[in-house]
Parts: sequence; C-alpha cells; structure tokens
Amino acid sequence: MDAKEIIARRVAKEFKDGDVVNLGIGLPTLVPNYIDEDVEIILHSENGFTGIGPAPEADQIDPNLVNAGGMPVTIIPGGVFFDSAMSFTIIRGGHLDATVLGALQVDEEGNLANWMIPGKLVPGMGGAMDLVGGAKKVIVAMTHTAKGDLKILKKCTLPLTGAKKVSKIITEMGVMEVTPEGLVLTEYNPEYTLEQIKEATEADLIIPENIREMC
Amino acid sequence: MKKLVSIEEAISKIEDGMTIMIGGFLACGSPNKMIDALLQKGVKDLTIIGNDTGFIDRGIGKLVVSGQAKKVIVSHIGTNKETGRLMNEGKLEVVLVPQGTLAEQVRAGGAGLGGVLTPIGVGTPIAEGKDHLIIDGKTFLLEKALRADVALIFGSKVDEKGNVYYHESTRNFNPLMATAADFVIVEAEEVVKVGELDPHLIMTPGLFVKQIVKA
Repeated sequence: MDAKEIIARRVAKEFKDGDVVNLGIGLPTLVPNYIDEDVEIILHSENGFTGIGPAPEADQIDPNLVNAGGMPVTIIPGGVFFDSAMSFTIIRGGHLDATVLGALQVDEEGNLANWMIPGKLVPGMGGAMDLVGGAKKVIVAMTHTAKGDLKILKKCTLPLTGAKKVSKIITEMGVMEVTPEGLVLTEYNPEYTLEQIKEATEADLIIPENIREMC
Repeated sequence: MKKLVSIEEAISKIEDGMTIMIGGFLACGSPNKMIDALLQKGVKDLTIIGNDTGFIDRGIGKLVVSGQAKKVIVSHIGTNKETGRLMNEGKLEVVLVPQGTLAEQVRAGGAGLGGVLTPIGVGTPIAEGKDHLIIDGKTFLLEKALRADVALIFGSKVDEKGNVYYHESTRNFNPLMATAADFVIVEAEEVVKVGELDPHLIMTPGLFVKQIVKA
C-alpha cells in the first residue's frame, strides 16, 4: 500500500452512518473508496450540492454538474442542489459532521495552514476557512512530511487557515489527536518505529500507554 | 415591461469603473456570452466580485487576462495564473475572502443589511484591520455587505418576466447576486413564456431582474 492509500483507508473509519462530510481536493477524495458498505455518508460539495457521485464516463459529462474543484461529477439519488449561502450555512452552522483536508503545516495547538505561502503561492482560501472553522470535526489527512520537510510543527509559520480547529491528524505514520495537553499519538503504523515517527515530527508527541497499531 | 433585449443593449449599461458581480463557480454557471461582450466592448477599470477568477480562457478569468479588471473580490485565484502574476506586478488589486463570507456579504447587500458577523477568519491574516465583536463570549468579525452597480447572472430557464430556474450546480452565487446590484441582467440558456415555469420551482423572483439576454 502506498502512503495515500494507507491514509485514505484510515480516514474512512472516522465516519458513522449518516454523517455529512466534505472532502477536500486531492488525497481526501480517495476516502469514499474505503468506507464500509454499511456506513452511508452524505458527501457535501461547497459549490452547491450534497450527494456527490462518482466521476461520469467521458460521454456522460455534464458541464453544469461539477465539484468544488471544477471537475465533472454526478449526483446520487437523494442528492440536493442549493446556492452558495445554503452551502455555507451547512458548513458554518454546525451541520457538517466532518471535513477532511490536506495541510502545508499543522501544529500541536490544532492550528492549520493550507491556503498560502507568502510571495510564492497565493491560490486563495476558497471554502477552506469556512470548512475548518465550521465543521464539527476537522481531520487533516496528509503525508507526514513533504519531501523531508516537517509539516507537523510546534507552531505553524505560514499564515493560518484556522486557529485551534484541527481535531485529528492522519498520516501514513500514524493518527494524532489534538488535545489540550498537546498531540497524542493514538495509533502508529508498525512499519515505522516510534523513534522514526518522532523524528519526522517537530511537535512533541505524547505516547499513551494504550497506543494501538494503525489499521 | 419588456425585459428580453439584445446583448448589445444590455452591455450598453456597463461603463468604465463600475463594480460588477458575476455569477458562477469556476466558470460553471457563469454568463459567458455577457463576459465575451464585455471583452468586445473593452470597458475598463472594473471591480469584479465573483467566487473566483476562473481560468485564463473561461469565466471571469478572461476579463483578468484582458486587463479590464482593476480589482477583484473573490475567494480563489489558483486556477488562473494571470491573476497571481498581475497581482504580484501591482497591476491588479486582489481581495481574497472566505467563500462563505463572500456569499453572506452578497446576501447581506441584497437583503438591506449592513454586514454580517462571522467567526470565520478569527486568528488568521484576514482578520487584520477588521472590527472584532464579542457576543455571548464568542469572537466574531464584522464583514460589511457588498453591493454592485450591475450583476451579470446565468439562468438555465428564464421566463419573459425574468423569473429564473437554475439547473444543477449552476446556481451557486447567481441567486444571491441577483438581489445585490442596482441593475441585474440574466443570461438565459433558455427563455420560456410566462407561465411555463412552475412557480414552486422558481429560484429567483423576476422582480430582481431588469434585463434578459439569450445565451
């Protein structure tokens, strides 16, 4: 299994039947492939609908039906279209059970930076600030480091997307929960030693006695 | 009152220096004929309010590439390299706004409100210089309402009184913008006779719409 598959498989276990979930662009979109058959989640697309279905066949592409990344998608039976105000009422109003997104940096206080690198990359926040600020559970799903650069820090140095909002960080190395005491490594991937995981993490990791193997 | 007009007649309402709202999300549900007409007319120094700056060859992005915009108020510019380049060269002012905040600013503008209080962005760079209000112990940012001289929106089916139905994910910002400008022009994919649209399914009442053009 490659890192992305390990992460997506583990994220898929975070949801319970009936959850309303928004998945960010990239790695998070792999998550539905691994969700248990008896768990039905409602996928929210911030451009204005719930019930995102699989990508259409090439000859079935409908230019009026795209996801928040502008890619052609489908809508499943029971899905609903709405405008942008309703879409963010769902997000900001506490009606979204979870959001899963990537990060440039995340820190032990649950701060998240993923919308700009000053002077280098300024794509804009799109809906990310609302998702991070509004979702009941904010799950960061990403590779543990970026080409050797540490991303799980004591304190984010890049401009924040949201302050103290992250609930959980899931990487190919393990699962970390943000707590008032700091980052707790609740699960680890046995392909790595705890020392290797600590080395790949700038933030202090609290290792509980009941740490489990990541599955 | 006859609302169905030629594109030439509708575009004559738009002058240099105006603030224009343009509907659509990554060019899905954008009034593309009207955007092309603006390009042809060559009006300049526009302030454009929209979800994003689309692509270099689709949606609002064309007006950025042509140099007709002096300022854009949007949530995302990452899909149009020219926006970032012009911004870095100091030729374009870019105001980045969280998508849900933008939707509420436009909604407030159309609803006669002075602005909205949102927790989104507190503790991030976008909060700098904005009024912070503490209400029942929770911190909110004051985000002022947005209005425009003209709104250009896209409707899938529009009757001759300007009542609008939006299909699939084309709805996004369109019905919000329809309420928040002094002069609203809807580009209709299909124009139908009055009475053909089920009143239950009309999403923008025709009273907001001044002119209709055929896509």
